[in-house]
Amino acid sequence: MSLLVDIKKDLGSFRLDVSFEAGDGFHGLLGPSGCGKSMTLRCIAGVERPDAGHIEVNGRTLFDSEKGIDLPPQQRNVGLLFQNYALFPNMTVEQNLRTVTRGLLRHQADASVEELLKRFHLEGRRDHMPRQLSGGEQQRTALARILLTRPGILLLDEPLSALDSYLRWQTELELMETLEDFAGTVVLVTHNRKEVYRMCRTVSVLDHGYARGAHGTENLFRHPRTLQECLLSGCKNYSRAEMLEDGRVYAADWGVTLKVSESTEGPVSYVGIQSHDLIPVDTEGENVVSCQVQRLIRDVNSAIVMTDTPGGTEGNHRFHAELSRDQKELWEDRKQLQLYLPPEKLMLLR
Amino acid sequence: MDLYPFWNSLRIAAISCGIVFFLGILCAHYVAKLPRVLKGILDVILTLPLVLPPTVVGYLLLCLLGPNRVFGSWMMSAFHTRMTMVWYSAVFASAIVAFPLMYRTARGAFESFDSNLRDSARTLGLSNTYIFWRIQMPCCRQGILAGTVLAFARALGEYGATSMVAGYTPGRTATISTTVYQLWRTNNEALAFRWVMINIAISFVVLMAVNLLERREKKGVRA
Repeated sequence: MSLLVDIKKDLGSFRLDVSFEAGDGFHGLLGPSGCGKSMTLRCIAGVERPDAGHIEVNGRTLFDSEKGIDLPPQQRNVGLLFQNYALFPNMTVEQNLRTVTRGLLRHQADASVEELLKRFHLEGRRDHMPRQLSGGEQQRTALARILLTRPGILLLDEPLSALDSYLRWQTELELMETLEDFAGTVVLVTHNRKEVYRMCRTVSVLDHGYARGAHGTENLFRHPRTLQECLLSGCKNYSRAEMLEDGRVYAADWGVTLKVSESTEGPVSYVGIQSHDLIPVDTEGENVVSCQVQRLIRDVNSAIVMTDTPGGTEGNHRFHAELSRDQKELWEDRKQLQLYLPPEKLMLLR
Repeated sequence: MDLYPFWNSLRIAAISCGIVFFLGILCAHYVAKLPRVLKGILDVILTLPLVLPPTVVGYLLLCLLGPNRVFGSWMMSAFHTRMTMVWYSAVFASAIVAFPLMYRTARGAFESFDSNLRDSARTLGLSNTYIFWRIQMPCCRQGILAGTVLAFARALGEYGATSMVAGYTPGRTATISTTVYQLWRTNNEALAFRWVMINIAISFVVLMAVNLLERREKKGVRA
């Protein structure tokens, strides 16, 4: 286990209470803005101090409130990539890199700076000031500067959110390529679930400062366990739910009783289904819900249909369905729509 | 024309500006780190000389430095050194009056310094001394320079406290500002006018310098 975090910190408006473990490779820390993601990274790097808890990287304790251990950031060997990259504005690209090689012998420093400038395609930019660089170049410079310190772990704070959508994709590919041979844990903080799905093998979900444990990314997106996880995976359809004795589920907001295939462990409070899992049909039957069309928005290859459900107008009663163009005849120009909710696609949530 | 007041004023302003430069930066650096309540109280105390009438500062200084007062009499008996009515008495007066200008501009510059730069430098293993001198100070250079120029100008123009602790002795403690008053009082208007023009010229140059610095700073941000 290369990262172990278990910290508590009072942040005034809410409490940070984060506990997870992460192995080598990319680990996502996913949550909406202002939920304490950056603060968690800052605590690991040592520029903020938790009120209580324990932080361990590669078997070395960096912070332990009970044992009175609190290493200064300089001794933690943790690389933190700031959201705004934090390049020193009074120095050129090369000078920025050389700030961290001052302890090395001259020829060693030269060699490693040259190697990184080359690897990050920054040779032509060595004498530029940070403000003269593009967002991607600034990020590469910051990353090169961090890698020169040979960190045992890398923390990336929203590395892509400062870039426009054109650069984003390019930078994401570069980032994955550059960090492919990084041996330790890389923690990626983001509010973008697609980034997590594409880049991370494991993920922890942070909700108002609270996070427990890590999930496999595949699991979180395919089999969420709580409503919060379900919402983070991008699900827009959910309803308060009640298990019935015959194993079926009564979805209160939707006003229907549904068959489910998932076996249930523990209590069920909600049921959810992804927009693209709703299937238009023209027959009646089990798990087919008859809905009133409210709005229809055409997209390039599909249409988004918002419908009412038999549940009336209380709570989260609407369906948000993404319907394929191939089944156009089943949804086009209709006021009434039959939607099939496949039992194996229904998610039972705590 | 005896130029002694000119040189004396420059000497006093330069020395007190030098003292205030280091003291102001030091206080700004440490006060910025204090908890909020203590910071508020210290901030008020350190800024007080800016709003107090210079005569009040002069009065308080005399209470400390006067030949019959605690510090003044001790200096007298220990080093046979007078603390009042000599040219360097004016250094104390102008340093105290100019201090808040340096302190406040330096603090403003430090507060607008992006603390992420400091944090990131620490995670990169750089020492706090290196961070302060090689990153924070260069980033705040314009603000600190502006503060220094302002403090110098204020020290140069100090009259009230100076006239109380250093008095006016031609060729000994006379500064430009005390000379102007003395010449006016003795109906030597022609000479007083010359000193007034000299003073205006110096202030003009100083303020031009501040403006140039500020413009360069803005340009730097935009580029």
